[in-house]
Amino acid sequence: MKRRLGLALLVLAAVCVSWVGAAFAQPIKIGVFEPMTGPNAAGGEMTVEGIELAWEVRSEVLGREVQIIVVDNKSDKVEAANAVSRLIERDQVVAIIGSYGSSLSMAAGDIVKKAQIPTVGCSPTNPLVTLNNDYYFRVCFIDPFQGTVMANYAVNELGAKTAAVIQDVTQDYSVGLAKYFIDAFRRLTGNPNSIVEISSYNTGDQDFTAQLTNVKNKNPDVIFAPGNYGESALLIRQARDLGIDVPFLGGDTWEAPEFLSIGGEAVEGAVFSTHFTAEAPVTPESDRFLEIYRQKYGKEANAFAALGYDAYMLILDVIEKAGSAEPQAIRDGLAKVEGFVGATGIISLDENGDAVKSAVINRVDNGKFVYLTTVEPE
Amino acid sequence: MGSISLFLQHLANGISLGSLYALIAIGYTMVYGILRLINFAHGDIFMLGVYLTYFGVLYTSIPWWLVFAIAPAVTGLVGILLEAVAYKPLRESPRITILISAIGASFLLQNLGIVFFGGRPRAFPVPRILNHVVKVRGVSINVITFIIPVVTILLLIGLSYFITKTKTGLAMRALSRDYETASLMGIDINRIISITFFMGSFLAAMGGIMWGARYPQLMPLMGVMPGLKSFIAAVVGGIGNIAGAVVGGFLLGLGEIMLVALLPRLTGYRDAFAFVVLIIILLVKPSGLMGSGQTEKV
Repeated sequence: MKRRLGLALLVLAAVCVSWVGAAFAQPIKIGVFEPMTGPNAAGGEMTVEGIELAWEVRSEVLGREVQIIVVDNKSDKVEAANAVSRLIERDQVVAIIGSYGSSLSMAAGDIVKKAQIPTVGCSPTNPLVTLNNDYYFRVCFIDPFQGTVMANYAVNELGAKTAAVIQDVTQDYSVGLAKYFIDAFRRLTGNPNSIVEISSYNTGDQDFTAQLTNVKNKNPDVIFAPGNYGESALLIRQARDLGIDVPFLGGDTWEAPEFLSIGGEAVEGAVFSTHFTAEAPVTPESDRFLEIYRQKYGKEANAFAALGYDAYMLILDVIEKAGSAEPQAIRDGLAKVEGFVGATGIISLDENGDAVKSAVINRVDNGKFVYLTTVEPE
Repeated sequence: MGSISLFLQHLANGISLGSLYALIAIGYTMVYGILRLINFAHGDIFMLGVYLTYFGVLYTSIPWWLVFAIAPAVTGLVGILLEAVAYKPLRESPRITILISAIGASFLLQNLGIVFFGGRPRAFPVPRILNHVVKVRGVSINVITFIIPVVTILLLIGLSYFITKTKTGLAMRALSRDYETASLMGIDINRIISITFFMGSFLAAMGGIMWGARYPQLMPLMGVMPGLKSFIAAVVGGIGNIAGAVVGGFLLGLGEIMLVALLPRLTGYRDAFAFVVLIIILLVKPSGLMGSGQTEKV
């Protein structure tokens, strides 16, 4: 009897200790800064859907609970800087995920570098996001590749000899991508005058008729217009109204339901590059991701959700391998990532912290994004 | 494309944008004329009008043309409510107090918009009849581009009839001339002010519908820039003067389009252009192009 009581007490004590221990093991906090309002809201929301899905699948590492803290950066550079400062100073996160929009990520770059908090971008594609920043990484390809892919498509698939470029001068993403497209297009056509017009606008503009009228006057074979999905959809609509009927090409930001709903019939046939498509899973992890995404959201997944999922899973994998959730350990782990199997492909980070991955080309057909082809990196 | 049709195309683009500014600017100018108040929430009333139309078309079985009339009327009622809540209690306060209240009301409406309508943009349901392209001698025009100035002019004619020929209109003019004397003459001030807000908000919503049909992207903050630009249009034309607001709107719209069209390098300064115009007007002719120099009432 006495022995039994002793055993019971021992068990009780053990339970207490483990319970108290668990209470003292602080959760691992991972910050997320994404645009949930403003002109990039759709992109931020899609990314966060993927991150939350990943968290539901795996919310524990090293025996500790993981917490994600989502902050809205309002599609604004100043708010983006405030958002990461808040995550670092107030919430004391050990790592950060974000942001959709290269300009927003670049606004956060110096802050995470100074605070030495490792940050993983899901879809910012401008090379400057990670350049000279040991704390910024990303799970997507970069624009020199994306621009070349689209120039290749224009020249080889569409047989374009001339092109016009319309860029959003307030978005580093748009300006960067336009530049790489222009370089590649000139190289591929062997004609330094093959870009017949370069027009500009600002985020938030609604009227593009002046720029488009000038573009129309130059009669290009194709128009490359990387920019936010909303502005781009309006731009293409107005182009069709003005009687411009040449193909429009763009980048990964066009992959948003709003691009289709705002653009309507005008965006039929628009072609763009992106990171991933539900129509062409690349790894066993893609299939798993697509399945659980369908279960949770009842629709097909998009590239941004997949990248958000990968960014979160990558950080957890690094924490597990490092056996530590200290920011410095996570940074060192991220710098060595090699062959991580993600939903969007095999992720290996190069010396700048960029992933080298294949690009997918989609086209709008009957109000849907339809997969055309996959382009492998050189 | 010849250089003449190129210019005509730019002209058509500019007139279309300008008449939108004009329509919104009228609301600013009407309220200012009577209350000497810049209703900074006007742009957000405009936003509300577009969203109401959006929900009316998509979520009720009311035909779209009826929604296009009902939604502005509902927006007008919201305008009356706004005045009753945010401005009326402050009518005896210094003007700056009401101005700050207007800015507060603007932020409130914007954030309510974000909460209730969501941060992601919605696509305005443009009726097909308003959305097809016609070609006139090499100039491509979507019918909506043509409809916008026509609607603006029709509304303007109706409005000037109302103001010059009806008793309520007479009361409005009396009120804008001399607030206190008018009230002594037996004019129901509260009623007239409510009607003014109703009409201003109604016109903002009409402008919103036209805006949505032309630029079918709805966002809770979509009223901010058009609101500011129309405010500038109203000041340029002479605030308090309805014809001036229309002239200001057209000038601003045309100016913007021509700036981008003829000086593409300055595209980034498109919004700045409007503010530069504002500063120049305030320096050179503060009463605006068509405003008469007002003598301060003693």
